[in-house]
Amino acid sequence: MKKNELNNVRIGDEIPSLTLKPISRSMLALYASASGDHNPIHIDIDFAKKNGLSDIIAHGMLVMSFLAQAITNIFPQNSIKKFDAKFIAVTNINDILTCEGKVIDIEFKDSLKRLFLKLLVIDESGEKKLSGSATIELIINEK
Amino acid sequence: MLDRSLIGKTYPEILFSVEKQRLKFFAKATQQSDPIYFDEYFAKKNGHPSILAPPTFITTIVYGQEKPYQYLEDLGIPIGSILHARQEYTNYESIYAGDELRMESKIGEIYEKKDGRLEFISFISNYKNQKNELVAESVSTLVLSNYEKK
Repeated sequence: MKKNELNNVRIGDEIPSLTLKPISRSMLALYASASGDHNPIHIDIDFAKKNGLSDIIAHGMLVMSFLAQAITNIFPQNSIKKFDAKFIAVTNINDILTCEGKVIDIEFKDSLKRLFLKLLVIDESGEKKLSGSATIELIINEK
Repeated sequence: MLDRSLIGKTYPEILFSVEKQRLKFFAKATQQSDPIYFDEYFAKKNGHPSILAPPTFITTIVYGQEKPYQYLEDLGIPIGSILHARQEYTNYESIYAGDELRMESKIGEIYEKKDGRLEFISFISNYKNQKNELVAESVSTLVLSNYEKK
């Protein structure tokens, strides 16, 4: 799928995958600060251990933000009408995340082409961290 | 167990100024590569009034409050016992630096799974801008459980 050929998108087409750098403590500290989500489970290892974890875990919303970027890398943001995610497994320090998406259905309405995407974030071992979906509305260009 | 009578409970409106610097910092923290999210000149050159807020940005609004976890404390939920289970957005209008947003929230659903070992609570929010346009709606679902030991 290419950004300048969206009119030709078909069912089964995949968006370009996005692979991030390994999750680090500084990434989580930075996101905690930028988002204002200071839940200590993401930044304080002592707190994490007290709550039964072996280490801090990534913010689910950071992972979803990466996934959003995989979509906006190819589709204009104002074409994203719906976007949802289900957080399946926690993301740990050093995980290498890859965001993927595939067109599973297309419908036409007036001058709109509506794409239904199935989305997934996996780590380097293939473990599913997040599954989601998005509805994209493109205006069909007359030729 | 959470009190089911909380379903429908509404929260006071939150006012939120979409600040340029905050958007830039958010773009950095989420490793944005598209300058439309952090470069005002580039955004304007590409037909936008200012820097664009990315799709997940509105979820940070609640954390801009003085006591962002007060709503959990009020419900008797210890912060160490929750995980984000699900997040949904419906988008209507773009949000830009300089916008003044109003967020209204209420408790949507409370339900359990696995014989009550997992309990879910959802918060439904809508966001309006200074022109009183509905810009987005969101549903955040949290799950309460004890973290599994590894």
